[in-house]
Amino acid sequence: MINAGVVTVSYIAATILFILALGGLSNQETARRGNWYGIIGMTIALLATVLGVVTQNYLELVAALVVGGSIGLLLAKRVQMTEMPELVAILHSLVGLAAVMVGYANFMDPSVHFTGVELTIHDIETYLGILIGAVTFSGSVIAFGKLSGRIGGKPLTLPGRHLFNLGLLIATIWFGREFVIQSAAGGGLTPLLIMTGIALLFGIHMVMAIGGADMPVVVSMLNSYSGWAASATGFMLNNDLLIVTGALVGSSGAILSYIMCRAMNRKFLSVIAGGFGTGGGSAAAGGSSEDQGEVVPISADETAELLANAKEVMIIPGYGMAVAQAQHIVYEITSSLRAKGVNVRFGIHPVAGRMPGHMNVLLAEAKVPYDIVFEMDEINEDFPKVDVSVVIGANDIVNPSALDEPDSPIAGMPVLECWKGTTSIVLKRSMATGYAGVQNPLFFKDNTRMLFGDAKETLDAVFKAL
Amino acid sequence: MTLITGITIFVLAIFIGFEIITKVPPTLHTPLMSGSNAISGITLVGAVLAAGHPGWQSQVLGFLAVVFATINAVGGFMVTHRMLSMFKRK
Repeated sequence: MINAGVVTVSYIAATILFILALGGLSNQETARRGNWYGIIGMTIALLATVLGVVTQNYLELVAALVVGGSIGLLLAKRVQMTEMPELVAILHSLVGLAAVMVGYANFMDPSVHFTGVELTIHDIETYLGILIGAVTFSGSVIAFGKLSGRIGGKPLTLPGRHLFNLGLLIATIWFGREFVIQSAAGGGLTPLLIMTGIALLFGIHMVMAIGGADMPVVVSMLNSYSGWAASATGFMLNNDLLIVTGALVGSSGAILSYIMCRAMNRKFLSVIAGGFGTGGGSAAAGGSSEDQGEVVPISADETAELLANAKEVMIIPGYGMAVAQAQHIVYEITSSLRAKGVNVRFGIHPVAGRMPGHMNVLLAEAKVPYDIVFEMDEINEDFPKVDVSVVIGANDIVNPSALDEPDSPIAGMPVLECWKGTTSIVLKRSMATGYAGVQNPLFFKDNTRMLFGDAKETLDAVFKAL
Repeated sequence: MTLITGITIFVLAIFIGFEIITKVPPTLHTPLMSGSNAISGITLVGAVLAAGHPGWQSQVLGFLAVVFATINAVGGFMVTHRMLSMFKRK
């Protein structure tokens, strides 16, 4: 059909288009075009492969593409913006699963013949590809379970879990050696299957051990793994397009993981080691609650009055806003206040929500224009000039003990310093602690008012009172 | 030799990735994730190749992999498109 040269050129074109697709995301104006570059790149790569390399089974291939495409379309159309982390997790798991299957398919292919060193290299590539794919798959499935609430957010801390992981690692290396030896003799399926089992177990255990608070890191890390899985598949198939694309995605996820860790002042390794964010709600760490004084509640009407008389309002959303689906009423209040001449802005903490940028997407969905939505570093200096800060369903990201108390579990984490403004209004269901299980002294400050109840209902009342 | 070439472009691609991704603003981190995830659906190429192998085991695995990778690519690109369409100025 088309010759190998055309296929190579098409792959290079696809690579460039993928780089442009990611590059386009450097701002909102070019992002949409970037996504189209990605779609075109994928189409070119697919067409070149189907027309240039495949020689049989066209009908089945088209059927598989149609089935996969329809499911993908349906998922993308149906998903709620609050469920984005779950969707991304499940999509990551599919990349991992596909990589495992491609690895096995390639291993079982009787027409692939290598000898000597080439065979050893090819075997190691296959082994690594399946290993990374399997960890990505099972890890992402567990992450999906945790994000969707099917599995509790508490970290699973088995006794001796680090030794257990070390044991799995050593077993993986040993079976890798076995695989290479047996493969040279024409076998090798058994060690490959055992390793796959170990990798699946490792993926499950790794994510189970990580608490709800660290979910943004987990999701970014699995994003990175899905890239490395694609890259390993590329090495196995000697396909440069897969190697490059996988490396781009892998480094993207790695950078996001790094940004998330920095935003929580945590070391990547300690996040992966797990055990943080027990969610037990005890105030054992970070000061006891008794000596903090009383909280001052506020009504919806008083809130409306405070907001209407303010000049500068800062809204700080957290995951609780997403849970209560309060983003739309937040937009109504915002536009009503802005019509009255109040300067309403949003301050977003990097780890607000369950994945990087989650809050921004929710606010965009609620039609909040992105030029009044600011990152923490852009607005943290402005709080002394802010009249009213409204904290909606957030806790740890506005906790002053991160700055004042060196022995607090979240010490050193950069936070939104809303207490420096005139008044902070905190919307909360109850006095329970956040994911980190740390009591929040903000609630007891003189200039803090607590507005208890479901965020959506209370904000509805505030909006009516305006 | 192919391994050396592979490693070379792998390392270079990581550097390019690093350069591009550090320029993405935090606002767009969710679309970045879903978009990059869609792009990692490029495993589709490997799946299509596997589905074309002789031997029924390879073909069955290959076709399943095609389905999964397609869900990933199509779902990822479409949801990214949906999200990016929501970002509006005032």
